[in-house]
Amino acid sequence: MANRHPSPTSESRPVQWLLIGICLAFMALFLVLPLYAVFSEALRQGFGAFFTALQMPDAQSAIRLTLTVAVIAVPLNIVFGICAAWAIAKYEFKGKALLITLIDLPFSISPVIAGLVYVLLFGAGSVLGPWLKSYGIEVLFAVPGIVLATIFVTFPFVARELIPLMQDQGTGDEEAALSLGASGWQTFLRVTLPNIRWGLLYGVLLCNARAMGEFGAVAVVSGKIRGQTTTMPLQVEMLYNEYNATAAFALASLLALLALVTLVLKSLLEWRFADELAATNGGH
Amino acid sequence: MKFPVRLFAYGALAAAFSLSFATTLRAQDVTITNVSYDPTRELYREFDAAFTAHWLETTGQNVTVQVTHGGSGSQARTVIDGLEADVVTLALEADINAIAEAGRIRSDWRGTLANNNSPYTSTIVFLVRKGNPKNLTDWGDLIGEGVEVITPNPKTSGGARWNFLAAWAWADREYGGDEAKIREYITELFRHVPVLDTGARGSTTTFVQRGIGDVLLAWENEAFLALEELGPDAFDIVVPPLSILAEPPVAVVDEVVDARGTREVATAYLEYLYSDEGQNIAAKHFYRPSKPEVVDPALLERFPELDLVTIDDYGGWVEVQPAFFGDGGIFDQIYSGPTQ
Amino acid sequence: MAHITTGSPGWRWKQPSVIPGFGMTLGFTLVYFSLLVLIPLAALILRSAGLGLDGFLRYASDPRVLGSLRVSFVTALIAAGVNVVFGTLIAWVLVRYRFPGRRLFDAIVDLPFALPTAVAGIALTAIYAPNGSIGALLMPLGIRVAYTPLGIVVAMIFIGLPFVVRTIQPILEEVNKEVEEAAATLGANRFQIVWRVILPGLTPAILTGFALAFARAVGEYGSVIFIAGNIPFVSEIAPLLIVIRLEEFNYVGAAVIGTLMLGISFAMLLVINLIQAWSRKRFGYGQ
Repeated sequence: MANRHPSPTSESRPVQWLLIGICLAFMALFLVLPLYAVFSEALRQGFGAFFTALQMPDAQSAIRLTLTVAVIAVPLNIVFGICAAWAIAKYEFKGKALLITLIDLPFSISPVIAGLVYVLLFGAGSVLGPWLKSYGIEVLFAVPGIVLATIFVTFPFVARELIPLMQDQGTGDEEAALSLGASGWQTFLRVTLPNIRWGLLYGVLLCNARAMGEFGAVAVVSGKIRGQTTTMPLQVEMLYNEYNATAAFALASLLALLALVTLVLKSLLEWRFADELAATNGGH
Repeated sequence: MKFPVRLFAYGALAAAFSLSFATTLRAQDVTITNVSYDPTRELYREFDAAFTAHWLETTGQNVTVQVTHGGSGSQARTVIDGLEADVVTLALEADINAIAEAGRIRSDWRGTLANNNSPYTSTIVFLVRKGNPKNLTDWGDLIGEGVEVITPNPKTSGGARWNFLAAWAWADREYGGDEAKIREYITELFRHVPVLDTGARGSTTTFVQRGIGDVLLAWENEAFLALEELGPDAFDIVVPPLSILAEPPVAVVDEVVDARGTREVATAYLEYLYSDEGQNIAAKHFYRPSKPEVVDPALLERFPELDLVTIDDYGGWVEVQPAFFGDGGIFDQIYSGPTQ
Repeated sequence: MAHITTGSPGWRWKQPSVIPGFGMTLGFTLVYFSLLVLIPLAALILRSAGLGLDGFLRYASDPRVLGSLRVSFVTALIAAGVNVVFGTLIAWVLVRYRFPGRRLFDAIVDLPFALPTAVAGIALTAIYAPNGSIGALLMPLGIRVAYTPLGIVVAMIFIGLPFVVRTIQPILEEVNKEVEEAAATLGANRFQIVWRVILPGLTPAILTGFALAFARAVGEYGSVIFIAGNIPFVSEIAPLLIVIRLEEFNYVGAAVIGTLMLGISFAMLLVINLIQAWSRKRFGYGQ
C-alpha cells in the first residue's frame, strides 16, 4: 500500500496515486490495449471462424515452419551462447571487451539488414549463391535462408544472459572441481551447467520468443511462398493484405499467446533466478 | 575419457542443416509452385481448389498447389534468381521473356497455350471515392489541381506498367503523337502520385485502407474486387473512354518442371485455366475470359465496352519493356518523385 | 583466479589458466560469429564499397534515401523522448510504490520484447485506424494517427518502452535512502530531493535507456510498416526503403542504405558504451 504519511523518502499520498494513475493509464493504452485488440479482432467473427482460420492448410504449414526454424535456430544459439560465455567468463584475454560488444551487434541492427546481408551473400550476383545452386542447395527463398536470418537476429540472446552471469560466478567452482580431479567436460556438466541453468533457461526463453516472432529479416529472404516458406508472422502479413483481417488476427493471437506464456515463464524465472543468483554469488 | 566435443558440435551443426534441407524436400504427393502477380490471390485460391479436385478425379493423384504473389517484375526476378517455380502466371509478357532470357523458360514459350498464353485478359480503370467528388472521368483529369493518383511502381509491378502505357496511349491520341507533350503529361502525372507501392494489391491497400489519394489506377479485376470486398458504398468505378488491353500470360518454367518431373501436372494446371470451369472462375473473379463462349452470360454482363489499344500498337513488349521501363528508360528519365 | 607464472613476464595475449576448453570455445565462438554475422556484414559493406566513395555518396545523397533516414530518425527521437519521460515514471512507480497489481504491470512492461513485431503492427493499426477504438475517438478532433508519422511514433513508443524501464529499474532499486534522508535533514523538500538528488544519479541509466530505445526504433520494421502511410519523404522509414530497393532488385541501392544504417547502429553502440564508461567513472555503476 502507498505510504500514509509524507516522509523524506516518499511523496505525499495524493501525489503517489496521481503518478500511479498516470503510469497505469499509459501502460493500459500502450501495452494492454494492443494485446487486447489482437484477441478481440481474432474473435470478431466468433469462435467458429477463429478455428477455421487456424485449420487452413496455409496456417498449418506456417505454424510448422515457424516451429522448425525455432527448433534449429535456438539450440545452435544455445551452443554458441554457452561457448562464448565460457570463453569470456573463465579466461582473461585481450580483446574480450571487443568480443562482448561485437556479440551485441545483431541486437542493435535493424532486422531488415539481417535479411539483406544474406540476400547479398546468396542472391543474384553473388559467388556463393550460384555455386551452392549447382549442388542443388538453395539458401534463399527456402528454409535454410530463413534459418540463417533467424539465427542472425536471435544470436545474442543466450550469450547476453550467460556472460554477465558466468562472469559474476567467476572461476572458483570450476577450479575447485578440476583440482579434485574432474575432467573439463565433467566440470562443465556437473558444476557449471547447474550454476547457470536458470540464466540459460531465461535466455532460451527470450531467444525462442524472438525466433518464432521474427518478421523483418525473414520477410526479406523468404520469397513468401505460401505453404512453403511463410512463417507465422509472414502468414499474418499476407492474410492481412488479402482483406482477411480475421484470419490474420487468429494466427496473430497464437503468437500473442506465445508471448504471454513467455512473459509468465520469464517472471517465474526472474523470481527464482534472483534467488539462485544471490546464492551462487555468495562466495565471491 | 575425453568426450569428442568438437565432433559432437560439428555433427550437431551438420544435423541441423540437414534437417532444414530435408524440410524442403517434396512431400510424397506432388506439389507445384505457382509464382503469380499481385492481385490474383482470390482467383487462384478458388482455382487451385478446383484444379486439385479435378486432378484427383482424373488421375487419382493428390496435387498441392503453392502460390506466391507480388509485383510481377519482382516475382520474375525472384524466379530468375532461383525460386523454384513450376509455373509462372505474371502480368505481362516482358516478365516471362526475362525469365526465358535467363534460360529457365524455353524461348518460344509464347504460343504454347491458346490466345498467346493468356487465359484471361483485363484492362485498366479508375477507382474513385463514392460520388466521384473530383469528377475524374478521363486521363486528362488526373493531372488536375490537387488530384492525387495512386499507382504502383512500374519498376516492380506489372499493373503499373499497364497503367503507364494506358496513360501514354491516351496522351498519344490527345496530343497527336507529339512525344514532347506526351512526356510532359506523363511527368506531370507521376508528380501527382504520392506513394508508389510495389504491387497492385499494395496500391489498393493504400487507396482503400489508408485512405490516400483521389483515384486508383487499377486492374479492372482489382477494382471490382475492391468494390465487392470493401464497400460498394465507398467507391465507384470510372471506366475511361480509352484504355489498354492487358494480357497477363502464363507459362511453364521448363527448367524446373524437367528437373522435378512435374511437367505433366504443371501443363495440365495451366491448361485447366482454359477449361469451362477455369474460364468461369476467372470471370467470377472479374477477369475477362479469353473464351467467353463457355462462360455464364450473367458473369459477362459486368464487363463494359471500351476502346482498347493493345501493346502491339507500340511494338510489343519486346520493344516497350527496354525503351520504357529498362534502366535509363523513359520512366527513369521522367520520374523524380512526388512534389513535396 | 589461479595464475601460473612462467619465467619471463612480458605481453601475454591470454592469461594462463587451469581451465580447459579455451581453444575450443573461443574457436567455436569466433567461427560461428564470423560465418553468421561478420562475413555477411562484410558482404554488405563490400557491396557498397564497390561503388567507390563518389558512387556511394551519390546513392546516399538521393533525396528519397535522406528523406527516409530523416523520417526514421525524427520519429525515433520523439518516441525515445516520450519513452524516457514515461519510462522513468513507470520505473519509479514500480520500484517505489506498492499497489494491487504491481507485479502484473511489472511483467507486462516486457510485452513488447516478447510480442512479435508483425502482431504488434496489425494490432496497433486496428486500434488507431480511423474506425478503430482509439482512432475513432481522435478523428473528430482532427487527429489522425494511423498512416501518418504520428502512427510511426506510437508504434516506436510501444517497442521502446521496456528498454527504458528495464534499464532504469535496477539502478533505482539500488538508490540509497540515506542520501535522501540526508538531503531532507538539510532542508530540501520532496521535489528538490527527487529533482536534484535522485534524478541526476539516474542520468546515465536514463541516457542509456534513451539510446537503446532510439537504436531499436530506428531499425524497427514489423511494428511500423502496417501503421505508417509509407509515403516517401513523409512516412516512409529507412528499412522499408531497403525492402523496396530489394524488390526492385536494386541490390546496390539497398546495400548503400543498409551500410548507412549499420553505421548508425555502430555509432549508437559506441555512444552507449561511452555513457556506461562515463557512468562507471562518475557514479560507480554501469557494466
